[in-house]
Amino acid sequence: MPTRSETLAKAAQLRAMFEAQGAMVVEPPILQPAETLLDLYGEDIRARAYVTSDALRGEQMLRPDYTVPVVQMHMAHGADPARYTYAGEVFRRQEHDPARANEFIQVGYEVFDRADPAAADAEVFALISEALRGLPVQSVTGDIGILMAAVKGLDTTERRKAALMRHIWRPRRFRSLLERFAGQTPVPVSRAALLAGAVESDAPMIGLRSTKEIEARIDALREDAQAPVLSAEQVALIAALLDVREVMPHALSRLQDIAVDLPAIAGAVDLAAARADALAARGIDTDQLAFEASYGRASMEYYDGFVFGFRVEERPDLPAIASGGRYDALTKRLGQGDEIPAVGGVMRPGLMLELEAAQ
Amino acid sequence: MTIKLGVPSKGRLMEKTFEWFAARGITLQRTGSDREYAAAVGGIDGVSLMLLSAGEIPRELAAGRIHLGVTGTDLIEEKLALWDQLVAPVEELAFGHADLIIAVPAAWRDVDTLDDLDAAAAAFRAQHGFRLRIATKYHRLVREFLRGAGVADYALVDSQGATEGTVKNETAEAIADITSSGETLRANHLKILSDGLILKSQATLWRSRTADMDDEERLTLAALLQKLA
Repeated sequence: MPTRSETLAKAAQLRAMFEAQGAMVVEPPILQPAETLLDLYGEDIRARAYVTSDALRGEQMLRPDYTVPVVQMHMAHGADPARYTYAGEVFRRQEHDPARANEFIQVGYEVFDRADPAAADAEVFALISEALRGLPVQSVTGDIGILMAAVKGLDTTERRKAALMRHIWRPRRFRSLLERFAGQTPVPVSRAALLAGAVESDAPMIGLRSTKEIEARIDALREDAQAPVLSAEQVALIAALLDVREVMPHALSRLQDIAVDLPAIAGAVDLAAARADALAARGIDTDQLAFEASYGRASMEYYDGFVFGFRVEERPDLPAIASGGRYDALTKRLGQGDEIPAVGGVMRPGLMLELEAAQ
Repeated sequence: MTIKLGVPSKGRLMEKTFEWFAARGITLQRTGSDREYAAAVGGIDGVSLMLLSAGEIPRELAAGRIHLGVTGTDLIEEKLALWDQLVAPVEELAFGHADLIIAVPAAWRDVDTLDDLDAAAAAFRAQHGFRLRIATKYHRLVREFLRGAGVADYALVDSQGATEGTVKNETAEAIADITSSGETLRANHLKILSDGLILKSQATLWRSRTADMDDEERLTLAALLQKLA
């Protein structure tokens, strides 16, 4: 295991590499207001981040990553365009795997640039790829934006699309919703009874959720029961899309095939193709680059476009050595009306040193 | 040295535990005044009794400070991550039955499943600007259960007692708590979700996997377990 000072030296070296690309060094505080993170991620973040509190400021979290504070800082007073780099500890609560570190050094690079998203994606990926050169890592890429475009383009009600979008990050839930909208799973008994008007309650109303809200949901359920089912073809197209798992050129041609029947994804697929060109222009061998359409979905993240990770195939016990992606929507949520396309990635210098030593 | 047995220090759980051991030839009793937490063990040598709060028994077992302990499955699974590496169940004691469940106002005609809860939570958040609050003291178990079920847009709020009252008091919209008969829930106008059972718990005798033992203690433990089996 590398010592802490070796890891810090490696981190400084990586950060200097990003500085040389014109990135500004930033050092957000370790303690972050818990409210922002809870609002973004919900209760799940408590399983992942350490929460502490005091009587004055209330709940605070030990930063589980840098992206949120960097975005907040940029949206408050950042230049446009801007590039940032940072190196320091992040803290991750561990409840399942004692071998996973709960505190480690992360180095990152974040690009806020409106000009050419494909080029910015390629820039982040290529720089990290270059920094990892010589290590036994394998990269994989994906694009959450294509799945989002597919959902938006489904021939069904807005309410169903919103429900699917809300669960993009929960693959199992997403799948069961899709099956229900397609009429492939039976309506639960209690739901059928409710729709038939057979569910009465004489219990007193308690709590904040009002009768009006209950009636509104029942109306929405009735409306949904009347709406035509999602066609089996469209369900199959989503499944085909999620199944795409090939090297980049084959993946793109598969996606272009799917786009013939699902034209809503054409724009997102064009963007992926432009990104492949931009990656190739930066010297990445895209003929060998893995693309998985469902990559990055199961992680609790904010990515809504390009996603990537670098792992060690022979060491499935290790977490990703580097990972990142595009998070345009996050800038909007934290931007108070403002937004800017943004992409970034992080590396783990401690794991990199461990791999170097093992060679 | 002795084998240390941890038993809940008060109420029905203590009495029932004493009865359960007595039926197997081991007498546990409190000694000294009513207020003093001192105790004695009869029917076997080399075992000492420690009267502890039921909530502290999981921690004491995990740390190896007691060899055996009686507490509920709910508390073991809530308080100990990777609990099965730290403790092992010896016997279920067939009392102290309680289910950890999710309950919502009975007036919510439209909510019967976790699926409904998720949809109601999304609408609630859009309407009220904050997440639907679930009051509980079982944070870890509830969070993992809801994550597995794909429920989003909720927040857990801590409630260490009188949890059934939180909805009426408008400090929560739903609750996750233990119930044995469901009477308190009904009295507070709450209903259990049809798929809202998180865990079935009962009083259980646990063995610590981490407690050190010398040869003599090992023999004592074996003799004790034989009597209890």
